[in-house]
Order: sequence, then C-alpha cells, then structure tokens
Amino acid sequence: MIRVLLFWCLACLPAAAATEDIVAGLSQNRVSITADFEGSEILIYGAVRRTAPAPEGQLHVIITVEGPSAPITVRKKDRTAGIWINRESVQIASAPSFYAIATTGHLKDILSETENLRHQITIPRAIRAVGISQQAGNAPEFLEALIRVRESEDKYRLSERSVQFTQATLFRSDVVLPANLTEGLYRVRIFLTRDGQVVDRIERQINVRKEGLERFLFNLSRDQPLIYGFLSLLIAVVAGYAASAGFRLFKR
Amino acid sequence: MQIFLPIADISVNLFLLLGIGGVVGFLSGLFGVGGGFLITPLLFFIGIPPAIAVATGANQVVASSVSGVLAQLKRKAVDFPMGFVLLAGGMVGSASGVWVFARLTAAGQVDLFVQLSYVLFLGLIGLTMFWESLNALRRTRKVGAPIRRSHTHNWVHGLPFKMKFRASGLYISVLPPLAVGALVGFLAAIMGVGGGFIMVPAMIYFLGMPTKVVIGTSLFQIIFVTAFTTVMHAVTANTVDMMLAVLLILGGVIGAQVGAQVSGKLKAEQLRILLSLLVLGVAFKIALDLLLRPSELYTITPGLLP
Repeated sequence: MIRVLLFWCLACLPAAAATEDIVAGLSQNRVSITADFEGSEILIYGAVRRTAPAPEGQLHVIITVEGPSAPITVRKKDRTAGIWINRESVQIASAPSFYAIATTGHLKDILSETENLRHQITIPRAIRAVGISQQAGNAPEFLEALIRVRESEDKYRLSERSVQFTQATLFRSDVVLPANLTEGLYRVRIFLTRDGQVVDRIERQINVRKEGLERFLFNLSRDQPLIYGFLSLLIAVVAGYAASAGFRLFKR
Repeated sequence: MQIFLPIADISVNLFLLLGIGGVVGFLSGLFGVGGGFLITPLLFFIGIPPAIAVATGANQVVASSVSGVLAQLKRKAVDFPMGFVLLAGGMVGSASGVWVFARLTAAGQVDLFVQLSYVLFLGLIGLTMFWESLNALRRTRKVGAPIRRSHTHNWVHGLPFKMKFRASGLYISVLPPLAVGALVGFLAAIMGVGGGFIMVPAMIYFLGMPTKVVIGTSLFQIIFVTAFTTVMHAVTANTVDMMLAVLLILGGVIGAQVGAQVSGKLKAEQLRILLSLLVLGVAFKIALDLLLRPSELYTITPGLLP
C-alpha cells in the first residue's frame, strides 16, 4: 500500500512541478544614467530546460520589463466659460513609470484571463487602480487615457511577436530603454506559457542609477538644498560677469 | 547631441537648450527684460516639467540680468537709489505672492491662474505699449509737431517723502516706486518671472523715468528678485536643475551681450514697438492654448492630490 502511494507521489511530483523551466540572462543588469545617456538596449536571452519530452501544445514566451511604480493623478480638461480648464481628476494608487511587454504571439491567444489576473501581465493589469470608480463617473476613460498618453511617450509598449523563439527552446528579445528613464530597480519577468497557462516564470532585476555628475548634482540638491541653491546662483553670477568681461576684451 | 538633466529626469538636445538660452538672452539684453516670461513657456513647450521650468528659468534670468546690467553700467544707465527703492517694494510683494501661490496650489487651479494672468497682463501691457509707441513714432515723423515732454506732472508728484533720483532726473515721492516694486514682485512670484515686462512700462509711463536708465535699473532690480526666487525654489521644492541652468546660461549670457550692443543702436520708440509686439505674441499664444480644444484632454501628474 505504501509502495503504491509512493509510486503515485513520484509520478505526480514532476507533473506538479514543471517539466520545463526557464534558464535566462540579461546582457546587463545595471544601467548608468550619465550626462550623455541616450537610452539603452538590453538583450534578454534564455532557453527552456526540459527534464522530459515536451508535452502537446505550442510553447510561448512573454517578457515584461517594469520600471518603479508611483502614484499619479490623471486630470481631464473641460470647457467652462469658453476656456479649457482641468475639472475632473482620478487618482491612481500605483502605475509603473515604464512597462514593456514582448511576446512570441498574440497576447490574447497565449495567455488566459485568469493567468493574466494572477500574474498581472498586460498593461491595464500592471496599473493598480483600485477604487477609481468612486472618484469619477467615467473612471475607465481616465485609465485608458493614462495608457494612451504613456504609450505615445513610448513609456508603455506592447510588442507582440517580437521575441525570437527557436525550436521551442532558445529565445531572445531586445528591449529598448528610452532616454527618459526613472531611477530605480527595473523588474524583468519571463513567462513560459502553453495553452494560455503559465508553465514557468522567473524574475531578474536591472538596476538603473544616475552616475557621476548626475549623481552628484541630484544628491546635493536633496541633501544640501541651500548650498545647491547658492551654487546655482554663483554659477549664474560668474557666467554673467565672465560674458560681460569677455565681450569688453573682445571689443578692444 | 542629447544631454540628461539630473533633476528634471529627462533627456534633451544640447543645442536646443543653448539656442533657447541665446535667443532669450539676446531679447533680455535688447529690451531690459529678464526674459522669464519667454523662457518659462519655451521650457514647457520642450517638455520640461512646469515646476522645474519656473525655478530653473529664474536661475537663468539671474545670469542674463548680471550680464546685461554690467553692459548698462558701462553706459552709466543704472539709477541705483531707484533700484533699491523698487527692490524694497519687490521683496514685500514677492513674499506675499509666494503665499498666494501656495494657496492656489492647494486649491489645484494654479496652472489656470498663471495662464490667465499671463494673458491678462501681457495683453494689457503689450497693447498699451504698442499704442503709445505707435503714436510717438507718428509724432516724430510729423515736422513741426509740438514736442512732447518726457513726463508730465500729475497726482504722483503731490505725494510726501520726496527723494531725488539724479540718474533719472526725477524728484518724486518714494511711495509710487515702492508700490510699483511691490506689485511687480507679487506678479513675479505668481507667474514665475522676473517681472521686467511689467516693470519697464511701469517705470516709463507711471514713474516717468527716461528710457535710457529704465533698462539698466530694471535689470539691476530683477537680479535680486530672481536670485531670491531661485534659492527659495531650490530649498522648498528641489526644482532647480543645475545642468539645465548652465546650458541656458551659456547661451543666455552671450545673447545678452549681443542684445545690449544692438539696443544702443536702435531708437527708443522702435525698441518699444518691438517689445510690445513680442509681449502681444506670447499673450496671444497662451490665450489660444486656453481657447482651443486641446488634442489630448487628459494630463498626467505624478503624485496624489493633497
């Protein structure tokens, strides 16, 4: 009896744990924002490791890159007395400053809604907008507007079929980080799906930091604001004087 | 070539910033205005967050005003006593303006208020100046027309606490300049500008100062008002971006010198017509933004409402 149980347990275990898992890496896990920072391209690559022959159904890869989240306010302009002014507003608890999704297929076909809910993969799911319906009658419109504006700024991006997937084993994708980056830890998630179900997932991090002069100025402005303010003034006065003196020499 | 701004957190073209600084500096040297009313909207336009644009714009105005005032000093065109009197009024006005600004921010309608005051004041001043200088030009064209005095005696000259302002050739009460300083300081703090575009016409039309000392004296006064604003913004809101300021300044100080040279070669009336057209242009652009349906009705602001 015990032997039978044990057999069943052994038989069940590999099925419960995945028979396929992800091995992945990033071309860099650190991005330095220096004065001449023009954006960065990160190569995300990996392979599917199998302990058993692949089961039925096509395998798909979804990669998300997510910047640090922060609360935001979305305002809507309305015409009042002939001029356009901000009227209604909706506060969103938390929205990522950057969010890019790359997949091997149409997101609708390769990811079920329940799995999306669980892992919060698509752009609307990545934004935490609980309780916005009480703030305005047409709250979903504000959420759509947020996504539309951020997409036009290239901060939110959905690139379906942009992940290269060779023989259902090797995958790679390039994610472009724009020049207007917010500092912080960026979360990279890689999902393996089959028939809409997530088979395996892993997470990596990219550390985006200001460096050099950028770091120095940023820290000074926060830690010693008075010194920072006077330093700004000093630069202004010296520059003004230098230009004036320079021109006098030039005219002689 | 792109450059990343550490406080604004965005990447902007280096030559675009130098160019904006240069053009605004040129106008500042030419007209004796700090250029804040131009640089702030221009920075908005290239995508700098408004709070940072206002604070950094003030820092840039300090540099172009220093550069401009030195050029004016050489021509002995600064009335120091008048400058100090205006400044004393300016500080009081500025402090109360900051208080009102904080109230409006809490009410959530500060953008609208700033835009409306831009339209109102720029439009009003632009129109008055344009009309006046057009008339002046017409008079100089007519041969044998009666010579107009630089200023006429009115109720302003009946007030007490009279003081001699040698460089301006005036003997008037200190109350009107104090009031002008306070009003300009108040508007400057609310609109995030130096206030030269209000100061210059007020000096000419209200105080009756001769045009040649107006520019230098206005610049002298603006230096202190904007310096005060810069430090205050840096301390209270961390919104001065030094990298952005340095680039604007670099273009600005050179532009201001060129502008000051050119201003010596132009006639006062022509100068005034040009300045009035510029002021009207900016007012028109801001009014248009308020009146036309924006292409995107929604705006995103970081943080929650207070």
